Parts: sequence; structure tokens; C-alpha cells
Amino acid sequence: MNEDEQNRMKRLLQQALLPVADAEPARDLWPDVLRTLDAEPASPPWYDLALAGGLVALTAFFPAAIPVFLYFL
Amino acid sequence: MEHEPNGVLSRFQQGDLEAFESLFRLHQRALHGWILRIVRNPTAAEDVTVETFWRIYRAHARFNPARGFEGWARQIASHAALDWLRAARPERERSPQIIEDLPAPSAADAAVTAEIRRKTAQAFGRLPPKLRIAATLAVVEELPHKEVAEALGVSVAAVKLRVFRALRMLRKDLEQQGITP
Repeated sequence: MNEDEQNRMKRLLQQALLPVADAEPARDLWPDVLRTLDAEPASPPWYDLALAGGLVALTAFFPAAIPVFLYFL
Repeated sequence: MEHEPNGVLSRFQQGDLEAFESLFRLHQRALHGWILRIVRNPTAAEDVTVETFWRIYRAHARFNPARGFEGWARQIASHAALDWLRAARPERERSPQIIEDLPAPSAADAAVTAEIRRKTAQAFGRLPPKLRIAATLAVVEELPHKEVAEALGVSVAAVKLRVFRALRMLRKDLEQQGITP
């Protein structure tokens, strides 16, 4: 994609998505922050741990897959 | 840019909740605005702002007062917003309510129909979040690459590359729909 094509795509994107105007939150968020701080930190679900373990095992056996994972991160 | 009263940053670093509230009051508007630019959804922006301040407080011990609060907090906000984009389903991002929340184009090119703009916005919503966030900030919001790079914790070259990849993928998606940009 050359520079002209890039500029055309930029203009199209700017027409499709306009900049967002600065806006204050509609409500005071401090009570929500306090509530979140008071809540117990959630431990990762078992399937996240299983997925992480699977990925570690896979990359150990197939190191060539590491760049592929990094690409999709 | 707002400035913190003396001692607030070091008290925050030690976990002082009052100092944290002072920082919250000083920076919530700016961080909320930053997050809104990324997630482009007012309700989600509030949720992500709360999540961001939760992460900020949890990380207080790692905060370095000498480096200032705003840039550090903005990085955390960007990561929280990125996590939201990753978790959000494309259908949710494309819902009419969210599109209605955004201002209507005023001086759009007459040759670009509303249908093309809608399809472009939808295709943009299908891009990988990492590319979308860079393109949103650098192209849609027209922020300097350096500012985007600092907020995302990457180099300026990485931002340029992500923007380029985003535009290329967007063009490919539109071409597959029969639209030649």
C-alpha cells in the first residue's frame, strides 16, 4: 500500500469514525472505585490456567509457534 | 494539566487512600476522556475508568513519584481499554445504540455514502484490538504518534507499523465486500 492509498484510507476512516468529544462521566465514579477496592480479588478461573498451561506446553514442544502467538497477542 | 498537591504522590505510593482519592478527583475526567476515545462507548468508558483506578491503586507500590502520575495512569488506562476491546464482541461494538451515541458526520465527502461509512466502521470493529487502538488514536483522534506510543508503552515505529497494518487490513476487508476505497 503506497502513501496515496494510505492517505485515502485515513480520510475514509476519519469520515466513518469521528473524533469523540471530551465528556465527563455521567455520575460520580468514586463509590464504584471504592466498592471495587473492597471486593476480594478474583482468582483466575481454572480454564484460564489450563489454557496457559497448554500454551506453555505447546511452545515448549513447538518453539516455532512462538512468533505466531506473538503476532496474535 | 492538573498538578498534584505536595506529598500526595508519595503518600499514594505508600497506599494512602485519601491521597488516592485526591488523585482520582484530579485525573478522573482526563482519564475518562482518554478511555472514551478508545472504547467509543460512554457506558463502557465509565466501567473501564473504574477498572483503571482499581488497577492504579493495586499498583501503587510500583509507582515512581519522580516520573509523574498522568503518563503512568494513562498507560494503565490504555491497557484496561485494550482489555475491554479484546473482551467485547464485535456485535456489541456495532450495535445501533453505540453508533447513535456518536456525532453525525457534518462535512463528510459527498462521494462517500453513509453505507460506505457504516461498512468502514464495521470493518474497523473487526480489526485486532491492538491495531484498532493505535489507528483510533493516531488517525481518528489525530493524536501525535509520540503521545500514542507513550500511552501504549511502545515505540513510535511500532505505532506507525500498527497504523499501517490496520489501514491495510481495513482496505482488504472493504475490497472483499466489493468496496474500492
